[in-house]
Amino acid sequence: MTDLPTSPYPALLVGLPVMMAILSLFFRPRGKAFLGLIGCLLTAVLAIFAFVEVTQLGTVIHRLGGWEPPLGILLRMDALAAVFIGMTALVGALISLYAWRYFDAQDTSTDGFPLFWPLWLFLWAGLNGLFLSNDLFNLFVTLEVIGISAVALAVLSGKAGALVSGLRYLLAAITGSMSYLFGVALIYGSTGTLDLEMLGQVLEAGPATTFALLVMTLGLMIKMAGFPFHFWLPPAHSNSLAPVSALLSALVVKGAFYILLRLWMEVFGVSLTYAAGQLIGVAGAIAVIWGSWQAFMQTSLKLIVAHSSVAQLGYLLMVFPLLILPSGVSAASADWLSPAWTASVYQVLSHAFAKASFFLSAGIIVMAVGHDRIESLRDLVGHMRMTALAIGLAGVSLIGLPPSGGFMGKWMLLKGIFLSGQWWWAPVVLVGSLLTAGYIFMLLRLAFAPTGEKEPFQPVPKRLEVFALLLAVSSFLIVLPADYLIQFLEGSEVFGSGIETVLKGGAYGNN
Amino acid sequence: MEIYQIYSMTSAVLFVIGMGGVFMSKHFIKKIIATIIMGGGVFLAFVSFAQRDALSFADPVPHALVITGIVVAVASAAFALALARRIFQLTGEESFTNDK
Amino acid sequence: METTSFLPVLILISSLIPGVLILLLREEQVALRTSLNLFGAFAKVAMVAWAFFGYMRGETYDFIFSLAPDLTFALRLDALGLFFAALSSVLWLITTVYAIGYLDKGPHQNRFFAFFSLCVTASTGIALSGNVITFFIFYEFLTLSTYPLVVHKGTDDAVAAGRTYLWYTIGGGTVLFLGVVGLYVVAGPIYFGQTEIIAGLISEFPTQLSILFFLILTGLGVKAAIFPLHGWLPTSMVAPAPVSALLHAVAVVKAGAFGIVRLVYDVYGVGIAEEMNYLAVLAVFAAFTIIYGSVRALYQDDFKKRLAFSTVSQVSYIALGVAIPGALSSTGAIVHLVHQGIMKITMFFAAGNVAETYGYKKISQLNGMGRRMPLTMGAFTIAVFGMIGVPPAAGFISKWYLGLGAVEAGSYWVILVLLVSSALNAAYFLPIVYRAWFCEPEQEEVPRLRPGRLETQALMLIPVVVTGLLSLAAGVFAAVAGSPLSIAREIAEKLYLL
Repeated sequence: MTDLPTSPYPALLVGLPVMMAILSLFFRPRGKAFLGLIGCLLTAVLAIFAFVEVTQLGTVIHRLGGWEPPLGILLRMDALAAVFIGMTALVGALISLYAWRYFDAQDTSTDGFPLFWPLWLFLWAGLNGLFLSNDLFNLFVTLEVIGISAVALAVLSGKAGALVSGLRYLLAAITGSMSYLFGVALIYGSTGTLDLEMLGQVLEAGPATTFALLVMTLGLMIKMAGFPFHFWLPPAHSNSLAPVSALLSALVVKGAFYILLRLWMEVFGVSLTYAAGQLIGVAGAIAVIWGSWQAFMQTSLKLIVAHSSVAQLGYLLMVFPLLILPSGVSAASADWLSPAWTASVYQVLSHAFAKASFFLSAGIIVMAVGHDRIESLRDLVGHMRMTALAIGLAGVSLIGLPPSGGFMGKWMLLKGIFLSGQWWWAPVVLVGSLLTAGYIFMLLRLAFAPTGEKEPFQPVPKRLEVFALLLAVSSFLIVLPADYLIQFLEGSEVFGSGIETVLKGGAYGNN
Repeated sequence: MEIYQIYSMTSAVLFVIGMGGVFMSKHFIKKIIATIIMGGGVFLAFVSFAQRDALSFADPVPHALVITGIVVAVASAAFALALARRIFQLTGEESFTNDK
Repeated sequence: METTSFLPVLILISSLIPGVLILLLREEQVALRTSLNLFGAFAKVAMVAWAFFGYMRGETYDFIFSLAPDLTFALRLDALGLFFAALSSVLWLITTVYAIGYLDKGPHQNRFFAFFSLCVTASTGIALSGNVITFFIFYEFLTLSTYPLVVHKGTDDAVAAGRTYLWYTIGGGTVLFLGVVGLYVVAGPIYFGQTEIIAGLISEFPTQLSILFFLILTGLGVKAAIFPLHGWLPTSMVAPAPVSALLHAVAVVKAGAFGIVRLVYDVYGVGIAEEMNYLAVLAVFAAFTIIYGSVRALYQDDFKKRLAFSTVSQVSYIALGVAIPGALSSTGAIVHLVHQGIMKITMFFAAGNVAETYGYKKISQLNGMGRRMPLTMGAFTIAVFGMIGVPPAAGFISKWYLGLGAVEAGSYWVILVLLVSSALNAAYFLPIVYRAWFCEPEQEEVPRLRPGRLETQALMLIPVVVTGLLSLAAGVFAAVAGSPLSIAREIAEKLYLL
């Protein structure tokens, strides 16, 4: 750990957005927005530089204030963190540019929601911090930073509906965090360390570890809206302002998933059993079917998109049963591990781009028509080609048709499923795709339909359409570097010790 | 039974009570109080684990963690209360209804 | 596989770039749009011709791009692919000219021509795919790029037809996806032509590979409109005539048929497919579809619907030819890819001309049409004789080889199917010809929707005459080197020598 190259980037990735956020608090609304946008763009550029550095040097670390762990805080940026940080940078930058224009076009009485900017920067700092954290408690703190700033963003409009769903969201977030923290306490109690990598080596199977695994997984499932804890997500995501919805669904929920993936792969290898994997997989499968079905039944655009998030997050959970090795199988011979976990990364990436684009497009439509009932889409193709195209492309990526990023994720997921012999997940993936196609094409059908009884389209700033379309196109472009990206992920030390632990889990696993 | 074991068990009980409260009550304030009880349970667990390995002195790390945790929990609770108050001002509602 | 060539990519780009650019144009930029379209179409024909001669000289053109471990995007020009690419590029050029005339001053032309170009990109991509996954990518791309064309008119009918179309094709695509992934897991990445891979695995995984074969076949069967998966085709007739023409002649149904050809010849290999009785199953479904489509066509009064059911029937000739082992029937199948394309596109052009010039969409309204539109109906009549299989028209050649192949394989029942189907073809097509040429028109003077000196707009008339002549020429000059038949025969003979 200590012999890894040191880099200033991890500290800057957290520090810069925090400083810009605090700085912007001292300015008037226009200044806040301006500084906020500058801060966002700088953070994005910084993240790209950091990403490039990791591709060249491999995993880099930073000791905050020069203190050594366990007293000091160590930030670690490995390939997985780099990919998530890079994703946040690209999606975040595009959403920020959209938000700048979007808030500009709002009522003057709102002042253009100036508090969006510092809150979003805090959120970004929290996300970067989460991806870089190397110990369980830091993860808790960053989760809280993310949770509180996310809820504050969700209630920004100040409308009663947003407040109620925001409170529901906040309570779910607190419950999730506390549950997670309880697990941290148990682990610290039994091992005396919080360092992820060290835990992977010293953690032993036992009732305390199993219970910790249980409450931590539970807490993170609540945070990432995994079935059956998805209830808070659709109202919270659909009641917020368009850029906020995009941030919440594209990035925030991914934070909890990131921790869950790291914990299962790196830390809890010893306590994972076949049954545990199947259980979380079933939760994912139900989420896929139920979420897609719910999306199909909605009549408001933003609710469709929000329910679709529940389903798309379900796919992520379906990766976990594949990561647990049956006894007697070594990690080296388990050729499905790599497609399975890289599938989840691709699913995260494509969902981030596609869903952000979808919510931003929904925002454009609400702006143009004044409401978001799905009839508002009628004749969209005739009036707003770019937005129609953005919805089409983002939808295709969500369905998982080639050559989108979503296809890449589904392809590798199915491959992992077949190679592992757990074929029973395959129908879920396919039925989920079909249901997704159902609601996406329901929207597209309306977009092509001639005008019926509906309000006319008001003109909307072109630039908004451009950013939404760019995000949708990106959800396809991420396929191009796939080969490189997957090798980058697999070649790095990500889960270096984790795979070993999983292996150990295989030996303990009492399936 | 040693004292830290009593603490641990109490913490588990508090945690479960809190979690049950969050899921079962509908009233805003009841839910918020339930999360605070959960938090209390978690912090008690940390403190109870500070006495390990029959050390003559308490492990300082959990205390540092608990202080951070309490700060975060208080902030969250305050935020939740502010939201609840605002909702009451706008709509007069004080608990969740199922249709929202 | 040593050298990388960008020619296949250029062939794809020649329609992809115009498609994307047109999407960005304003509706008024007619001249620019038309030039982009024609430039792309001509460039594509030229490049395919170039590749064809290069291939004849023994050059290879491969383009490989690794998307993910084991997931390779591969384009490759082989005889079969080039054959199909030539068909799509030539017919695209002709249809583009036709569409420019057809849509003259109509709404949403940018959207139309953009997706039209994307659709041809997909269809060429299918032709040039070097492996199963690339084929699948373009197959799905085709679904997506044709949807906006099917619903182009935006009427309730069109939107409903679009829904039916999507349910069938997306469903089929999902089944195909399952099959393709399964094939990758069992056999690894398979390039077309590497039939030895499956041959080596068949004894180890007979059940899995059989299930996968039928999954893939089902997925392809949707687009090839094999009974009972043909339901989308007649309903999608609401689309504009150039779309129906291209959809039926080249793009969608042919993508399915071409996929079946690839699946049997280049993935599983004829030997395995015959040995495992896959071909027998395929033959039964194909034969039934041939008869079924013809019978249904008999009862349609809507001109385009009759043509649509005829397509259902005719495309299954290809599947039938594939299903009968032997070089002769393979020749019949492969050459029918082209022959059916030229004949059917002529018929749809003719139907489009009648509908656009006089507003007639029903067969019962066609009395005396031969006198009003002699060239259009003349081309149509040539195509009809081809379809029935009257020598020397193109369709006769296909049927002749299919029949010979059946005799060679000892499947005499196929001859019966061919005879019955030809009789039915005559029964549903000849009345149209009869009405057009030998019945008196009901009204003397009918106002024309598209005035002009010629019988209809020149841009709509020239394509139909050209394709009509082509379908005659393909039959008359079948023995000449370079004719579709000669190429098809070469491909088939190579297949069976291996």
